[in-house]
Amino acid sequence: MANVRMHVLVCGGTGCTSSRSLEIVDALRAEIKAQGLAEEVKVVIAGCFGFCEKGPIVKISPDNTFYVQVTPEDAKEIVAEHIVKGRKVSRLLYVDPKTTEHISDSKHMDFYKKQLRIALRNCGFLDPENIGEYIARDGYMALGKALFEMTPKEVVDEVKKSGLRGRGGGGFPTGLKWEIAASYKADQKYVICNADEGDPGAFMDRSVLEGDPHSIIEAMAICGYAIGASKGVVYIRAEYPLAVERLQKAIVAARETGLLGNNILGSDFSFDIDMYYGAGAFVCGEETALIRSLQSERGEPTSKPPFPAESGFWGKPSNVNNVETFANIPVIFLKGAEWFASIGTAKSKGTKVFALAGKVNNVGLVEVPMGTTLREVIFDIGGGIRNGKKFKAAQTGGPSGGCLTEKFLDTPIDYDNLIAAGSMMGSGGMIVLDEDDCMVNVAKFYLGFTVEESCGKCTPCRVGNKRMLEMLEKISEGKATEKDLGRLRELAGIIKDTSLCGLGQTAPNPVLSTLDNFYDEYLAHVRDKRCPAGKCKSLMQYVIDPAKCKGCTMCAKVCPAGAISGKVKEPHVINQDKCVKCGACFATCKFGAISKR
Amino acid sequence: MSGCCDGNVERYKELQAYIDGLPDKKGRLIGVLHKAQGIFGYLPREVQEFIAGALGLSVAKVYGVVKFYSFFTMVPKGKFPISVCLGTACYVRGADDIVSEVEKILGITVGQVTPDGLFSLDTLRCVGACGLAPVMIVAGRVFGRMKPSDVEGIIAEYRAKAGDSEKDKACEGVCCHG
Repeated sequence: MANVRMHVLVCGGTGCTSSRSLEIVDALRAEIKAQGLAEEVKVVIAGCFGFCEKGPIVKISPDNTFYVQVTPEDAKEIVAEHIVKGRKVSRLLYVDPKTTEHISDSKHMDFYKKQLRIALRNCGFLDPENIGEYIARDGYMALGKALFEMTPKEVVDEVKKSGLRGRGGGGFPTGLKWEIAASYKADQKYVICNADEGDPGAFMDRSVLEGDPHSIIEAMAICGYAIGASKGVVYIRAEYPLAVERLQKAIVAARETGLLGNNILGSDFSFDIDMYYGAGAFVCGEETALIRSLQSERGEPTSKPPFPAESGFWGKPSNVNNVETFANIPVIFLKGAEWFASIGTAKSKGTKVFALAGKVNNVGLVEVPMGTTLREVIFDIGGGIRNGKKFKAAQTGGPSGGCLTEKFLDTPIDYDNLIAAGSMMGSGGMIVLDEDDCMVNVAKFYLGFTVEESCGKCTPCRVGNKRMLEMLEKISEGKATEKDLGRLRELAGIIKDTSLCGLGQTAPNPVLSTLDNFYDEYLAHVRDKRCPAGKCKSLMQYVIDPAKCKGCTMCAKVCPAGAISGKVKEPHVINQDKCVKCGACFATCKFGAISKR
Repeated sequence: MSGCCDGNVERYKELQAYIDGLPDKKGRLIGVLHKAQGIFGYLPREVQEFIAGALGLSVAKVYGVVKFYSFFTMVPKGKFPISVCLGTACYVRGADDIVSEVEKILGITVGQVTPDGLFSLDTLRCVGACGLAPVMIVAGRVFGRMKPSDVEGIIAEYRAKAGDSEKDKACEGVCCHG
């Protein structure tokens, strides 16, 4: 690496590769070779930079130039101008929407200013397929420190002191979990990494695996040392081929370097990692279901106790943590538990990665200290609501969570505040909704997901959620009454109280949270048979504004149902009983006289 | 096993070799099913029976696992499988309209294959390209920021591609349903 004067990092995350970033890599490499610079300029496929909205992203180091929305056709200019002549290609720089200034270094962009990257510290900074680059950024130092300077108990205590809590959903204290697993005696124990990210709308674990796989291997080895396990298991989503490939390569590289296998770094600690594929079951995020799936069974949860720490994979003590939790571990040992605990709020330490998406200007992966407000995430980092629309709610916690409305915009985000606000942290999906979103429809979307993903083992979840979904369908079709809203709430309570696992216990949350915060909207559906956002098709009406209608008869001609009548040059009307809501009139009217209501 | 053509015999051989190469057979079913689906494209009854025999499991057990996980399918995919992302980010940006448009144009519903075997339609949950929402994937290629009006052109593009390899399609059709 000594003679390489410049690195060109191209985002290899899913968003950017979907926009042809790998073609950019090929084009850059070809151009660099053509200029005879292959020895001194290296093109690297890096992990996700997070700013997916502006992808594909190309970053040039050491001058930290951050190019956005690059196409393969731009490669020639980047090489000729920037790499050869040292002149930045200003048309590819990020333009600040407020000042319209070109910004070249990402740290001056609003999107990055308020972020603090701990779990994502290496994503976008190194070649994930090169163990040397990870080591050069202090990789595996934390493992060395644990093995040679600390006893297993001290390792557990350090994690406890850091205050780290599980990032996969529940927020259980990680150190305590390790302590319990360490307390059981067994001939074999397991460290399990849950990499089966199932929340629709969350992709932070994928980005860590794709961008910094060695941090997970290192953290699992540290955990193995702490709890006395010699085997690690990664349960990874088969739908993430790039993450699978990179982790696989990283495991092989770690073995070859002596960082996995027998007598790691010459110590008497031995540890190795196996990969198992998930097969698309959301319920397998529940740790007992995950373990059943690892054993090649149907992923149905079992009752706890016994907890996996006592009897897990093949009946042996097992510790399950998710990817983002593990990604924090090495840093705790490098910078100290006190440092980690100094970030965040009283009971939630460190940072949280959010997958910010929906109706927000800057979609992407965002890592902020716990205690950052929703307003800072959505309006400062996220750049506000798309198309100047009005903020309605932010949905966090995915299918297990709820909606945070305007009144929570200034609440510091942490585990406990989110629960108090009727939502939860979950794995970190944050979907921003605007005035055009119907909350009944949103609740229906999430419940539809849980109904599909319910494993079917216990009745409240299997049957109860299905009944709730039917009630929501009735509401969105305008066939429900106010009485149904009461029944909906009652059933939600029963399902929460009587389901076996986390999936069932939290499945009614999106319904309850929208009922609590948007009761008026439910009432409009059942009482006035109206969908205020105009999303519920059965309740939507097309209407003609008589002031704007010129009587051109075009709408009446295209209407397949013969629902529009009126004389030439006189305002037309739509017969709502005949209208099939196909929208043909709406698309045809040249005068903007037809609107949805 | 129909054994209707050499292709299938080769496929079973490949699967058997994979199973023989496993260090042990305990808890390997899901891995074997992944492999089998990779080889055959889907998991018809005969393949499940073969796996049950090879691993010493009951067919009911194998079927129970296949039906539980949404990644496994007993229906063959089209030559160009279409998946529309129904993750939350895509959903709030109108992915359901994309699904309806594909259904309308192809005349099939989610989970089905067109009679000519060219296209199949599925939905999936979050591909992690939320910045491009809504997203549609055709034969591994991702189309982002989709509008319903984009669907027709994309399907036409793949139809045109299919014209070149008419013969392969006919053969596969026979084998898959054999």
